Amino acid sequence: MSTMPSNASQPVLSVEHIAVHFGGLIAITDMSFVVNQGEIVSLIGPNGAGKTTAFNVITGFLRPTKGEVRYKNTSLSNLKPHEVTSLGLARTFQRTSVFQSVTVFENVMIGLHRRSRSTLLDTLLALPREGRAEAELRSLAHELLEIVGIARRADELAGSLSYGDQRLLGVALALATDPSMLLLDEPVSGMNATETARFMELLNKLHGRGMSILLVEHDVPMVMGVSDRIVVLNYGRIIAEGPPAAIRGNPEVIRAYLGEGASRHAAH
Amino acid sequence: MKRLVPYIALAAFASVPLWLHDPYLLNAFITTGILIVAAMSLNLLLGYTGQLSLGHVAFFGIGAYTSALVSLGFDVELIGGIRVVHEPWPVWTGFVIGTLVAALCGYAVGKLSFKVRGAYFVIVTISFAEVVRLVALNWVELTQGPLALTSIPPMTLGFPGVGYLDFYSKQSNYYLVLAVLVVSYIVIQRLVYSRVGRAMIALKENESLAVSVGIDVTRYLVLAAIFSAGIAGAAGSLYAHYLKIIDPDVFAFLYTVTMVIMVISGGKGTLAGPIVGGLIFGFIPVAARSFATPEIQWILYGLLMIIIVFVLPKGIVPAVEKWFSAPNTSVDPEPLQAKMHDTP
Repeated sequence: MSTMPSNASQPVLSVEHIAVHFGGLIAITDMSFVVNQGEIVSLIGPNGAGKTTAFNVITGFLRPTKGEVRYKNTSLSNLKPHEVTSLGLARTFQRTSVFQSVTVFENVMIGLHRRSRSTLLDTLLALPREGRAEAELRSLAHELLEIVGIARRADELAGSLSYGDQRLLGVALALATDPSMLLLDEPVSGMNATETARFMELLNKLHGRGMSILLVEHDVPMVMGVSDRIVVLNYGRIIAEGPPAAIRGNPEVIRAYLGEGASRHAAH
Repeated sequence: MKRLVPYIALAAFASVPLWLHDPYLLNAFITTGILIVAAMSLNLLLGYTGQLSLGHVAFFGIGAYTSALVSLGFDVELIGGIRVVHEPWPVWTGFVIGTLVAALCGYAVGKLSFKVRGAYFVIVTISFAEVVRLVALNWVELTQGPLALTSIPPMTLGFPGVGYLDFYSKQSNYYLVLAVLVVSYIVIQRLVYSRVGRAMIALKENESLAVSVGIDVTRYLVLAAIFSAGIAGAAGSLYAHYLKIIDPDVFAFLYTVTMVIMVISGGKGTLAGPIVGGLIFGFIPVAARSFATPEIQWILYGLLMIIIVFVLPKGIVPAVEKWFSAPNTSVDPEPLQAKMHDTP
């Protein structure tokens, strides 16, 4: 994992006027926001607001109809997902975020794919470099499992882990690509309170190391607890943006989540 | 203990020509061995990347025809009156070129068809095999069409200054096939127990997650197709120089089906699977010959296949591994887990 100098207020990720249309359906109208170096930014909004779509656009899984995403001043347009990953942008997925039928340890070894220096020839001829590269990967894998806190589960099948541990493994997989920024898609959905607390601890640990994080999440108390800034989406538009305290009282946000009546009530 | 199994098996197979003198049985061993090499190559695609190539025999046949033509020579007239004349080359160059040409075809098919996966890949490979079969059948000037390529020379290895080694006898052919099988086994083993193999398994398991950790999907699928096709081509070359005659029937769909059966019954995604499956289905006709007519043999063949698939859906090798590792594991040992613990 790279440790970055904590140089806040410098945008690492900038989403510029992104629009996504699926045929006649407009998933995102016009979305612009930035994530600064070392910041935790959360993307929230009701179901169907376009959060996961935004995520897929940023990570190259989906081409936007309009607009551009830039990471560290490199345009991500026309990059394939694995190329986006190699720029230092790693993501997790909403549901299956692990390779179910191999062990936890092998999962991380797969995640370390890009970190190996062995070539095809090294592999085929069993050259010494292959052995060294593999040994290096194994120690990195152990280190990553220590960081996310599931080292003692290393030899178990990933599919047999508890839901919370699978999520932690998903983060280990993302960290294995040596990212400078993490994109987490609903990492705590379905977790119980203890698991969520453990996860928030991990996020704070990573934040402390200078990792920039973009979070899509439904769990509002968790979002309020960890985020530096929050971006609120509704019907494919950004309706509010700011620090947690400002978002909490924003009438526009309350209306989006709770409906017209609630916002009138809150305004009074 | 488990690590010794491949060496014990190798020693056992190496001893076969020393005590087995029946030419019929030795012939069965050689042809089965060649099919096992082809099945191993299919397993690399089917078992590790999860892509079913139902035209795999095309690579086998391309290896066979290329190798035979390189060593026999040919004289053909292309469109526009260009004549291509090829003088016969040493047989071992045929083997090398046959392997490379098959690998090249694997590259082309992989590159073209891995944009589409799953069912579409199956269709592309079937069509490819059928096109190649029709070419072999109709380009009479080059392939002799249904008249077959005959008098294909047996494999010879030349060592400048030392002399020549030729493979006329059944014994020598047996060892040649065994050597190619061992080399293919080692190549596949090196691949699947490295980052290349991990990338392939990742693709089979969960493609979008694989992509998200920076694995270039197409690259590894094409790589698997190249190695798979090349090994199948090498098997085809052995086949041509052993039988000394080939006709367009080497592209028969039946051979692909036989390979698939060998892989599935033995256990796809395991190194030993195609060997175990191959030995069983290669020797059923031999074993049944003494008491059953050919029709009954095929029925037995089908029945055994159905029984294996029903009783051991993951294949024989994973079932045996599970049996041996059962007492000391608490979790259900999936074939992949068992295999990955076995990393040498």
